[in-house]
Amino acid sequence: MQLPESRSLRRKEEALNRKKVRRSGRQEAGLTVKRTELLDYLWQVQNEHGHIRSEDIAAVSRALNISTIEVEGVISFYHFFHRRPSGEFTIYLNNSPVSECKGFERVKEAFEMATGGNFNGVDPSGQWGLFETACIGLSDMEPSALINFFPFTNLNSLKVKDVIARLKQGALPGEICDPVPDHIRSVPGGEKTILLRDYDPGCALAVLRRRSPESVLEDIRRSGLRGMGGAYFPTGLKWAACRNDPKSPKYIFCNADEGEPGTFKDRVLMNSLPGLMLEGMAIAGYVVGSANGTIYLRGEYTWLKDKLQNTIDRFRKMNLLGTNICGIEGFNFDIRLQLGAGAYVCGEETAMLNSLEGKRGEPRNKRYFPTERGYLQKPTVINNVETFCAAARIIQLGVDQYLQTGRPASPGTKLLSVSGDCRLPGIYEIEWGTTVREILEKCEADRPYFVQVSGPSGECISMDEFDRAISMDDLVSGGSIMIFSRSRNILDILRNFNRFFKHESCGLCTPCRAGNFILEKKLNLFAAHLAHPSDVEDIRSWGKIMKLTCRCGLGKTAPNALLTAQEKFPEYFESIVAQNPDRLSKGFSLKDAVREYDRFSS
Amino acid sequence: MSKAKMKTNGQAGNTTEKEPAQITITIDGREIRTEAGRNLVRVANENDIFIPSLCYFEHIEPPLGTCRVCTCKINGVAGPACTESVKEGMVVEASTEELADARNAIVEMMFSEGNHFCPGCQKSGDCDLQHMAYELGLRQTRFPHLFKDRLIDFNPQRMIMEHNRCIKCGRCVKEVFTDDGLAVFSFRYRGNETRVGIDYGQEAKLTDRQARDAMNLCPTGAIIVRGELHARPFGERRFDLQSVQKKKPVEDPRITLPAEKKTIATVSLAGCFGCHMSLLDIDLKLMDLVEIVELNKSPLNDIKEFTKQCDIGLIEGGCCNADNVEVLREFRRKCDVLVAFGECALWGGVPSMRNTIPLGECLEEAYLNCITSMPDECAVPYHDDLPKILDKVYACSEIVEIDYFIPGCPPDANHIWKSVLSLISGAQLPVLYSEFKYD
Repeated sequence: MQLPESRSLRRKEEALNRKKVRRSGRQEAGLTVKRTELLDYLWQVQNEHGHIRSEDIAAVSRALNISTIEVEGVISFYHFFHRRPSGEFTIYLNNSPVSECKGFERVKEAFEMATGGNFNGVDPSGQWGLFETACIGLSDMEPSALINFFPFTNLNSLKVKDVIARLKQGALPGEICDPVPDHIRSVPGGEKTILLRDYDPGCALAVLRRRSPESVLEDIRRSGLRGMGGAYFPTGLKWAACRNDPKSPKYIFCNADEGEPGTFKDRVLMNSLPGLMLEGMAIAGYVVGSANGTIYLRGEYTWLKDKLQNTIDRFRKMNLLGTNICGIEGFNFDIRLQLGAGAYVCGEETAMLNSLEGKRGEPRNKRYFPTERGYLQKPTVINNVETFCAAARIIQLGVDQYLQTGRPASPGTKLLSVSGDCRLPGIYEIEWGTTVREILEKCEADRPYFVQVSGPSGECISMDEFDRAISMDDLVSGGSIMIFSRSRNILDILRNFNRFFKHESCGLCTPCRAGNFILEKKLNLFAAHLAHPSDVEDIRSWGKIMKLTCRCGLGKTAPNALLTAQEKFPEYFESIVAQNPDRLSKGFSLKDAVREYDRFSS
Repeated sequence: MSKAKMKTNGQAGNTTEKEPAQITITIDGREIRTEAGRNLVRVANENDIFIPSLCYFEHIEPPLGTCRVCTCKINGVAGPACTESVKEGMVVEASTEELADARNAIVEMMFSEGNHFCPGCQKSGDCDLQHMAYELGLRQTRFPHLFKDRLIDFNPQRMIMEHNRCIKCGRCVKEVFTDDGLAVFSFRYRGNETRVGIDYGQEAKLTDRQARDAMNLCPTGAIIVRGELHARPFGERRFDLQSVQKKKPVEDPRITLPAEKKTIATVSLAGCFGCHMSLLDIDLKLMDLVEIVELNKSPLNDIKEFTKQCDIGLIEGGCCNADNVEVLREFRRKCDVLVAFGECALWGGVPSMRNTIPLGECLEEAYLNCITSMPDECAVPYHDDLPKILDKVYACSEIVEIDYFIPGCPPDANHIWKSVLSLISGAQLPVLYSEFKYD
């Protein structure tokens, strides 16, 4: 809605005044911090004290001239920020369905026994903080955990005992954590390998010396490159929109908040080809005319931070970042790192922008594209790690070579993170058009039955569909394939997904906040063997309502797995609902309902 | 107070002279001329196309778009109407069956997500959420009530934050600031734990006027200023009498009664008998009632057992113990049509206030740990002759299939009468806006 012009003018004035007040307020407090640096400040305090103390909140709210409740609101949004001590050792154990399949429960018990604490709390000694957390991007090595944000993989009860014992003896998590191998299992081979081929720093940026921004943009457009995070928005279109926007400065953001459970391709790219990503960002900067790049790295990948920072520093020394990059007059671009703090929804681009501005990571209303009004209302390009890497390769190799891979409708390659019931979980670079069956064979899947494509927000497929191809025009995948064998319980998987969304919803819009909670109640009926065929129907129609009305992608896709599972495994759902429902008994069991009261019988 | 309101007041000399362009948009196939840039919800509602809205508040810019109650299809894409400003050639679908159903569902979600006990709420009758449900004619929610345990924050100096009633629209978060420009409210936590936090220090700095405005800004009774809100009698509250929608007057249909008298049974389960009392409020029509129906098992005639199969069963109250379940199931067997009447039967109502707390804790508090109980001398009553208490209070529809629902605590006498008469005669008697109440 537009207010009459005078009113909106007045509003702008007021907003400006408020900003002025804030700016002047910042000096008095002795602490200098900008709103956009709030997350960094909170991390600093959290790392220092193990939690964020009330005095820290008071100090930062004074410095920013905002009320303490606003800071509290930001802190409580992020999973990794604690208002109470979180233990000398803070352990985050992944509870994704892959982890559950590989022995999550046993490992959880082992942690509790070894530390004497209970999950989602701190043990009485204050030494051990045990928390469950959503997928930490190590699905190829489950069950896995982060201890003080260092990775510990392939856990079992013996290993847990050993790790805890060594920590008790004084070892540091950083010293005894596990190395994280890349597990690159397969590439298309030869010239068809695009992303995971050998890499020399500067190989793509060097090409820019003889290219104008317009021609680079034209190449990106011609390559048909789309956003690899899962939304598949044409990258050329995005960059052009940002380039053509008259406002400045412009910003480039790399979305390294790979939160979709089962996805770890960006982890591998950042671990093995961090430079390629930086080059991709610089190319975007070159095209749109931006000098500011930021990587929004998810908190779960804190252990990758030093590596990225070192690469950035090295690039600066090599003149691949900084001013007049590669000797190109006026090509200035630099990159900084921003650490997220545990919020899946911040992978949604507008939520990420809010998070970067030091706010709660709530998605914005879709009134403007970030390329019109993004970071601080300025034109902004946000792309995923893989997209930037692919862009760099397109410029390095030339668009013609790129177009020779994949399918005509979807050229190029795609990284897939394969996990679950298979012998060779890991990263598979595939040409677009590869079928699911080929992937299942390559990874030596064990009796695949239920395959979840693209994580919980994607769709599941059954054995009938294994000949479908991963491509834009058939089976779209954001990059994750989770394989579940015949021995797994579909309902357990779906309930896990549902819990994930219920927890990760930003809580702003009704259908997502309440809808996922309501679906949980319904799924509980199925678990208690009290569901009727009408309950299956309810889930279908309620899921559709969520898809229609939710504010952002999270809510719109949250019921996907459930809806596709119903469609593709009808016989399974038939087997778990009451066969002869009557009007006398709906989802209710008198025996269960009086159990709690019977406790008082003696 | 809300900044925007201040702005509108102090604005006079500042207006520029530019005339907004006249444009044409299409809503549900109807062409509408209006000024460019105006809010779609307002344009539609001014043209008698009702788009419900809750978080939308005309002074808040940009609009919040949080509640999603105004979801429409705008140029083919589903999205909230409140965040749209009208543009030339805009095509809006507002009233398709799918959209209407989705919008109803969202209001229902709010009722099942929060703990909304209308009869006990200071804002009842002045509540936007309740009003919107009246406008949409919602009888019950299709969703299970969630009964999440929430606290009520009594800490602020003047205000009470009733988290049970909050719908997280964000109006207060975006609009309520102190004179220093500091926010008083902010969202906290996330997911289904999301709630609006209040800054005690900043709240104390609000003037009385600003505090009152914050309360009035809240669409439900979540923000209460102590001593400020006095319940007003029925008929004097904002949303009691008149719908905002212009509806064509419907003539009362001709009623033809069946040759044979229908038999009716009634019962009160976990309720207060208030709905039966309300039933008696039909006054002289009671004479008509005995003319056209025959009462079987019912507290009205004190017949304890069914003597035959009945046509209609009226159920008051939900199920809080095993006996309620037995009786309800017997009614389902013995009655062809079951009607749940009153909030308790519909979703648990006042007795279900205990549902946010585990049964064990309720009983221990009531019988073992309460102030009058003697140590070692008290026990939770448990005997073979006593019906067993259920872990929570269940809605009738959670246990057996219910055919019709009449809301209200208690339902208006005319509402009950018209519903019963409709069932008997097959004619659809229109229930007036003023007869449709949740409290």
